[in-house]
Amino acid sequence: MYGNDFAPPEDGPGGGLLGEVEAAEAALREAAARARRGGPAPDEDLEAYFADVIDADQKIEPRDWMPEAYRKTLIRQIAQHAHSEIIGMQPEGNWISRAPSLKRKAILLAKVQDEAGHGLYLYAAAETLGVRRDELVELLIEGRQKYSSIFNYPTLTWADVGAIGWLVDGAAIVNQVPLCRCSYGPYARAMIRVCKEESFHQRQGYEILHTLAHGTPEQHAMAQDAVDRWWYPSLAMFGPPDGDSTHSAQSMAWKIKRFSNDELRQRFVDMCVQQAEILGLTLPDPDLRWNEERQAYDYTQPDYDELMRVIKGDGPCNRQRMEHRRRAHAEGAWVREAAAAYAAKRAEQQKEKVAA
Amino acid sequence: MSKEQSPLWEVFVRARRGLSHTHVGSLHAPDAELALRNARDLYTRRQEGVSIWVVPASAITASSPDEKDAFFDPAADKVYRHPTFYQVPDGVAHL
Repeated sequence: MYGNDFAPPEDGPGGGLLGEVEAAEAALREAAARARRGGPAPDEDLEAYFADVIDADQKIEPRDWMPEAYRKTLIRQIAQHAHSEIIGMQPEGNWISRAPSLKRKAILLAKVQDEAGHGLYLYAAAETLGVRRDELVELLIEGRQKYSSIFNYPTLTWADVGAIGWLVDGAAIVNQVPLCRCSYGPYARAMIRVCKEESFHQRQGYEILHTLAHGTPEQHAMAQDAVDRWWYPSLAMFGPPDGDSTHSAQSMAWKIKRFSNDELRQRFVDMCVQQAEILGLTLPDPDLRWNEERQAYDYTQPDYDELMRVIKGDGPCNRQRMEHRRRAHAEGAWVREAAAAYAAKRAEQQKEKVAA
Repeated sequence: MSKEQSPLWEVFVRARRGLSHTHVGSLHAPDAELALRNARDLYTRRQEGVSIWVVPASAITASSPDEKDAFFDPAADKVYRHPTFYQVPDGVAHL
């Protein structure tokens, strides 16, 4: 369905990011095949046992012993990731009713449905750590847990749907591909699933932008405007610079995180430059240039003060996103209640039948 | 949210005819029928399966990883259960 006429060759299956997801999946199977390590020996120190499993690149599974801080870090990270997928449905959902053709509408619907699915895979992974999903939903609704700040920006035109797919989903994939090798088994497996599906998202966005950029001058301008607005917020998705990142070192040691924020950001920039050229669009950074010595692009950092403001709740759409989520949850209550009542009635009837 | 959340179900999918059902994840649903429908929407959006099982998570009894060594030890000293244990004289065919 998706031609490769515009996709850069290194992005095809077997190479590039999808190839890395497949490699991570193979590594998961391989680690499983190597796994001879049982639980800790009766006299073994639990911390040492845990470190041993991590060092051997084996996965920690739900019923294994793990340090409380590892469990807490994972719950926080996986939950915020799940919340991001759920809130992330809104900016694009905004365009489902106004997609320019039935085909685009069907694709966008499928994509937004995928985001809901990703949220659910992730909530399920978090639940294996002993937290309940309704607790997590409550933390989101009460604003006590965050979601990715990128979703607090508005989608002003149809081209924004393209820019989100290409840049936002692209940045998400760069962030998430290393998570396929995360030391916690259920999270790694959920991420493999998510990444495979995300690659469709990124390509559909790229295709939208490619079509617009090769359309009328007005369409080209609309595509350029979307890229201008989404570029820096996408760079900010990788989080604060390494020097200011609070959770990084411990997460790296636990093999939850595999690369630093700045490493991933650089990787994303290096990928986007050539993709932008093929689109015929300009990345809004006059200082973007190849650095022969570093073998990477020099680029302007995003405004981290703005990132902090948006994280703290002061982005263009924070309030709207939260209000929408609360309303959707409250208005869906009767469905949950009706389904529960029906299940209870059926269970009751079943009991009577057995008794009779 | 004082309401009890709906029970957790484990989902198993048979990818193709000839393969066994494999665990793919879990979900919440009030009853088995909705669990099946939710599982279809959640785990087979890309034709990943031809058959789904849903099992209440509470109905699963699991061995504990802490006991792994003791629990599975009885199998460790029975190398004679593997065909490679046996020496086959040269020249024997179809064995």
